[in-house]
Amino acid sequence: MPGTVKTISQKLWDSHVVRETPGGPSLLYIDLHLIHEVTTPQAFEELRARGLKVRRPDLTIATTDHSTPTKNRLLPIVDPIAAKQVAQLESNCREFGIECYGLRSDRQGIVHVIGPELGLTQPGMTIVCGDSHTATHGAVGALAFGIGTSEVRNVLASQCLLQWPSKTLRVEVTGSLKPGVTAKDIILSLIARIGIGGATQHVIEYSGAAIRALSMEGRMTVCNMSIEAGARAGLIAPDDVTFEYLHGRPFSPKNRHWDLAVERWRKLPTDTGAVFDRTIQIDGDTLEPMITWGTNPGMGMAITAAIPDPAGLPNAVERESAAKALAYMNLPGGKPLAGQPINVVFIGSCTNGRISDLRDAASILRGRKVSPHVRTMIVPGSVAVQRQAEAEGLGDIFRAAGADWREPGCSMCIAMNGDQLQPGEYCVATSNRNFEGRQGRGGRTFLASPLTAAACAVSGVITDARSLL
Amino acid sequence: MKPFVPFSSPLAQLIVRDIDTDQIIPARFLKTTSKEGLGDQLFYDWRYDASGAPLPDFILNTPAGRDAQILLAGDNFGCGSSREHAVWALGQFGLRAVISTSFADIFRQNALKNGFLPIAVSAEAYARLCALPAHARVGVDLAAQQLELPGGDKIAFPVDSFARMCLLDGVDELGWILKHASDIAAYEASHQSSPDATGEP
Ligand code: SF4
Repeated sequence: MPGTVKTISQKLWDSHVVRETPGGPSLLYIDLHLIHEVTTPQAFEELRARGLKVRRPDLTIATTDHSTPTKNRLLPIVDPIAAKQVAQLESNCREFGIECYGLRSDRQGIVHVIGPELGLTQPGMTIVCGDSHTATHGAVGALAFGIGTSEVRNVLASQCLLQWPSKTLRVEVTGSLKPGVTAKDIILSLIARIGIGGATQHVIEYSGAAIRALSMEGRMTVCNMSIEAGARAGLIAPDDVTFEYLHGRPFSPKNRHWDLAVERWRKLPTDTGAVFDRTIQIDGDTLEPMITWGTNPGMGMAITAAIPDPAGLPNAVERESAAKALAYMNLPGGKPLAGQPINVVFIGSCTNGRISDLRDAASILRGRKVSPHVRTMIVPGSVAVQRQAEAEGLGDIFRAAGADWREPGCSMCIAMNGDQLQPGEYCVATSNRNFEGRQGRGGRTFLASPLTAAACAVSGVITDARSLL
Repeated sequence: MKPFVPFSSPLAQLIVRDIDTDQIIPARFLKTTSKEGLGDQLFYDWRYDASGAPLPDFILNTPAGRDAQILLAGDNFGCGSSREHAVWALGQFGLRAVISTSFADIFRQNALKNGFLPIAVSAEAYARLCALPAHARVGVDLAAQQLELPGGDKIAFPVDSFARMCLLDGVDELGWILKHASDIAAYEASHQSSPDATGEP
C-alpha cells in the first residue's frame, strides 16, 4: 500500500510471502538455505523415503563444522560416529546436487562465519539454517531464522518455511562504547537485562549510534546471540558499512548487478515512523565489559560487579534459579568474580571466531604469555579466517604466547568433536552458551568478549581486560 | 503423523525454569544420523551419574515419572539450541506433552511437527498443577483445549487453530506445503533473480 510505513522486518516478510492462510501461518520463500552435518541426516532420509528432490539445490549450501576435528583435520576422523555423520552429509550433497564445503575445501568453516564471508548472505534475503544462531546473517539486513530438522526437510523439498508473523522489538543502543567495551558486551548486557526468554516471538532490530559504529563483524556478534534472548531473529538495517563489507566477495553481485543490488538494498531500512511492538534503549556510553556468572546467557553482569546474592533477589523463582546456577558453578553469591581462578580459555565460535575477534585477542596476547595453569584454545571460524590470521602474523602471536592455535570449526562451543572441558573446570569462552555441560559434562563456562578471554588467559584469573590494554 | 487423541497420565514435575535443549539432550548425542534410540539419552546429565548409573531422585527415574506421558516444567521450556533431537528424545521416552507457562519458539515448532503438544498455561494454573500430589493423573483433551485434574476440575489452554487442526487430523506438514507447489512456482517465476545476482562469476 503506498504511504504505508514499515519496519525492515515487515518489508522482508512482505516480499517473501508465497501464500497466506487465513488463521494460519504464511508460506515464506527462502532465498538461502545453509546446512551442516548435525541437523540434516534425518531430513535427507525423509526426502529419500518420500521420493522427493531438493527443490533448489542452487540456493542450498553445505559445510561441515560441528563434529569435525580442529587438529589434523585431513586425517580420517577418529570418532566413528562423527565420521559417519560427516560422510553422510557429503554423500547426501552429492546425491541431491548440493555444493558442500567439506574439510578439504578452502571455503569450509562455521556455517554462520562462511555465509557472510563468501557473500552468500545478502541484504533483503530470507535465510534459514538448522541451527539456532542463524540470526547472525541478520547483521547484513536479512531475515534469518534458526529452524529444526522437520523444517530443514520442508525447506529442502519446497524452498518454503511455514511461519507466523513475529512481533517486533527495536533495541536502540545510543552513544559510543568506551575502550575495552565491544559488540559482545552490548549483546550480553541486553540479554542480562531482558532475560533469556525476553524476546520470545520477536524479531529484534538493533539500531542506534553505537550499532552503526560497529564493524560488520561486530554486528554479526550482536545478531548472533539474539536467540539467547529467545528472539526468532535479529537484524540490522544495511548501510555503507554493509555494502563495503560485501563488495567483491565471491557470491556478491558483480558489476551492473552490484549497483542495482545496492539501489535495492538502500530501500530496506525501517521507514521513519514505523511502529514496533516494543522498544528498548541501551545507553552505550555507560556499558562495561560483561561476563556471565551462571548457567544461562542472561545471568550476566559487568566484570567489575559482584555476583548477585540469591537471597537478595525479588522473587522465589529467581532465587531458586540463581541458587541452582551458583551451586553448579560452585561460586558464592555476593562476591565479585574478578580474581576467580580459571582452567581453560576458549576463543572462537560463530559469535567471536572472526578475524576482528582474533585481532582483539592478539592485541592482548602480543608479547605476553598465557598463564601456565590455563589451557588456551584459539579456534578460527573458517579457513579464510585462519589464513588471514596467519598472514597478519596473529598465528605467530598465539603460538608465541603459548596458546593452542587450532583449525576451524565449532570446537569447544558445543564440545561435540572431543574439544571439551573436564568436570569441574572453569572456562572463559567467547562462545554463546554457558548452559550446564555445554562445553563438556560438569564444565563451568563464563561467557565474555575476546578481549576479556585473552586477558583471563594471561593472568589465569577473571580479569578486566582494560588493565592490559 | 498420528492424530493426537485424548489421554490421561501421571504428571512428572520438573519444576525448573529455562530448561534448555542442551539439558534435554546433551550435544554429544547429536552425532547420530538416526531419529531413533534417543529416549535413553533424555535429560542424560540430570538422570545419570558420571558412571551412567541412574540417579534415583531424578523425577523420570521414579516410579511415577517413568510412566508419565506429561511433563510439567518451569517457564521458557526448550530454550537454546534448535535441535529437534530434544523433541524426539522426549517422545521416545514416552512423553506426549509438556505443560509450562511458556515455550521457546523453535522448540514449540519442533514439538508440533512431531505430534508432541506444548501446553502453555497461566501462572495460576501452573501453580495449581505444581500443587498436585506426585501420582495425580491429568487428562489432556486437545479438541476441547483443556486439561482435566483429579476431581474433575478443568484448565483451559490456548492452541492456534492451525496447529490444532494439524495435530488432531495428523496432518503431514510437508504434504500440506507441497499442495501449494503451484504458488511456489508462481513466486519463483515472478522473483527470478538474475544469473549473477547470487551465482559466482
Ligand atoms: S559455533 Fe557453536 S553456536 Fe555457532 S554454529 Fe557452531 S556449535 Fe552452534
